Amino acid sequence: MKDKYIVSSAPHVHDKTNVSMVMWNVVLALTPALAFAVYFWGIRSLTLTLLGAVSAVVTEALIQKMRKVPVTVNDGSAFLTGMLLSYNINPGAPWWMPIMGSVFAIAVGKQVFGGLGNNPVNPALLGRAFLLASWPSLMTSGWLKPKTGNLSGLNDLDAIASNLQSLSPKAYDLVTGATPLKVVQTLRDSSFVASINADAGEGIDLANRIFTNITEMASLKNLFWGNVGGCIGEVSAFALLLGAAYLLYKNIIEWRIPLFYIGTVFVLTFLFGPIQGSGYSMMLPFFHIFSGGLMLGAFFMATDYTTSPLTKNGRIIYAIGCGVLTVVIRLVGGYPEGVSYSILFMNVMTPLIDKFSAPKAFGRMK
Amino acid sequence: MQLRTFPGGVHPHDEKHFSASAPITIAPLPAKVTIHLSQHIGAPSTPVVKVGDEVSKGQLIAEASGFVSLNQHASISGKVTAIDRFPHPCGTSSLAIQITGDGKDEWVDLVDEESFMELPVNEMKERIAAAGICGMGGAGFPTHVKLSPPADKPIDTVILNGVECEPFLTSDYRLMMEHAEDIIKGLKLIMKIVNAKKGVIGIEANKPDAIRLMEKLLKSESNLEVVGLKLRYPQGAEKQLIYAATKRKVPAGGLPMAVGVVVQNVGTAFAVYEAIRYKKPLIERIISITGEGIKKAQNLKARIGTSFAELVELCGGTSMTVGKIISGGPMMGFALPGLEAGMGKGSSGLVLLGEKAARSMEEHNCLRCARCVDVCPMNLLPSTIAAAVKYKNLDMAVKAGLNDCMKCGSCAYVCPAQIRLVQWIDTGKIRYAEAQKEGK
Repeated sequence: MKDKYIVSSAPHVHDKTNVSMVMWNVVLALTPALAFAVYFWGIRSLTLTLLGAVSAVVTEALIQKMRKVPVTVNDGSAFLTGMLLSYNINPGAPWWMPIMGSVFAIAVGKQVFGGLGNNPVNPALLGRAFLLASWPSLMTSGWLKPKTGNLSGLNDLDAIASNLQSLSPKAYDLVTGATPLKVVQTLRDSSFVASINADAGEGIDLANRIFTNITEMASLKNLFWGNVGGCIGEVSAFALLLGAAYLLYKNIIEWRIPLFYIGTVFVLTFLFGPIQGSGYSMMLPFFHIFSGGLMLGAFFMATDYTTSPLTKNGRIIYAIGCGVLTVVIRLVGGYPEGVSYSILFMNVMTPLIDKFSAPKAFGRMK
Repeated sequence: MQLRTFPGGVHPHDEKHFSASAPITIAPLPAKVTIHLSQHIGAPSTPVVKVGDEVSKGQLIAEASGFVSLNQHASISGKVTAIDRFPHPCGTSSLAIQITGDGKDEWVDLVDEESFMELPVNEMKERIAAAGICGMGGAGFPTHVKLSPPADKPIDTVILNGVECEPFLTSDYRLMMEHAEDIIKGLKLIMKIVNAKKGVIGIEANKPDAIRLMEKLLKSESNLEVVGLKLRYPQGAEKQLIYAATKRKVPAGGLPMAVGVVVQNVGTAFAVYEAIRYKKPLIERIISITGEGIKKAQNLKARIGTSFAELVELCGGTSMTVGKIISGGPMMGFALPGLEAGMGKGSSGLVLLGEKAARSMEEHNCLRCARCVDVCPMNLLPSTIAAAVKYKNLDMAVKAGLNDCMKCGSCAYVCPAQIRLVQWIDTGKIRYAEAQKEGK
């Protein structure tokens, strides 16, 4: 025996988790979505993702050197931020976009506040907001067509009208040139609806046909598997759910935020979707939860540790808030998609939510 | 059997395999013992012997200095050789009586009361107090105090704690396997003393043979029952066990009697039985000497005051370079600076960890991941308390639950940033106590 032993406060055992294990596991959980993106849109998705991730790591290392603090890029958190930022970019975007976004996300979104654990909002989403404000057209147009389908996920144009292209070029352009959420948003524009219905002539409610088609099973399947247009990480609800299941199983994310976020979107689009849409379909809530960035946002962005509430009830309030804002933006706002702004807004509310949702200790009555 | 449990908590590896199958072995007589005057919650005992006195085994050497205090007895026969500060099993040092043995091991007079069940309740309580029994699960609250609830707090249920949720420890398990009938007699005595109608023994699912044995023995007893519990730490904590077994919530700051319950460790029940039937004072207990650092892990029946070094030698010494010595279990036990201390009445185990297992990781920034919040069995905000203590905001710490925390360590166990949450909370509790004192 020797004469010096470690004396420290209990507990003297620890489970296997640490920061880098958590971060790299999230990166792992995000890779199925990347594989699907590469399958549908080509290797470009991978290149852009790596550019974003690597530039985030380099930015973090440089700034930590400047701040004269330990360089902690091995923990995977910068890589993850860069990856998530790239996942919010159109696979057809120029190569410098993920770099610009990642540098901004890490520098302004994270390091100025003191690094991991101190940022008030999700850095990746802040990076995306920066890109969207700076290069709006690059961020919202020029989508890549999936290898085996078209942008809006419709797989049978003839079902709408056999000669749609000549019948109404505007309608044709819409269903072949816009993402599913953009199609639904455009169909809320009454003057657009009037004009395509006028093109089609007497007795054909073209808008309603498009709407019905985009919410029917075959189109939803395209959404689920990722055979539509969209950002790199939004591609496939299936691939994201696969990763999410892994994170739930590993106890890395908790069920409250994704469940209440997605649940709120489902219920609200069930109740209010029909009023704003051009017609009604029982499948509309499914269309809304599988389209756009909701799966990515609910499982991988809103659950960001640092920027979501600590308290269990707080997480529910936060998630419902995200859901309400997402639906408001999608149904009445100026953007087709509202996930990222909703989460950013609720991130800012987090300290307030924590303050007013402090739990009651076991056995306390008050 | 329907397994019950409580909300929150963690699942550490139970590590019972080191010593679970080792039967209770009687440790040889130690040459020296150090009996601490403070082995319990309450006022330290007052010595009634002086250096040079000859004492017999079981002789009173220090008496309770108030109601919430404890008698201490010589655990070997011999001569008092010092009354001085000695290393304490909690890692500190405090006043103790050292006895150097004469090897005779002569008992003071014991009795064997056949009809011990029929004794008047007051006599029973007196015998418990005389025997110097305190809670043997670790906290060390004097048992005669716990068994004297005020008249306006009727007790209907006695729960025996056979949970042993701390990893590594197997002393309660072995006691249940080898002395089940005596434990049940202890339970019946305790029920009689507090006039409770129902008795429950709570045992976790990782001890299925103990559950089966107790069930078999209690089959014909309609008012006694075994409750099987899901494996989850800290199920052995009083409030959590009461909730798991009865669904009753002890109010914050309150005692179990507020919900009509008294909880006693199975080891305490055994000691109560021996004290009432034989008038035997508490001078020995079962202690698990275990961990990867022990050559041959064992459950020893050893005299109170035997030095840990001697107990380790009895187990063949160490098997590797030891990094940490833990008195108690690894979740709530104390890391000791060495093996000099003598075991106390609450010493349920000694765990030796190798250097790799003992190494602690660097503390990182809090990620706000809320894992600590999710596992806290008291429903507190551990990371908020720790941060508040760090930035000297005691009000905020109290609001986040500083005073409700029982320091079970579940939060620190799961923290991915390796923040020493219990240490911060402990610091906060000390600062809070100081602030209260200054305020008065």
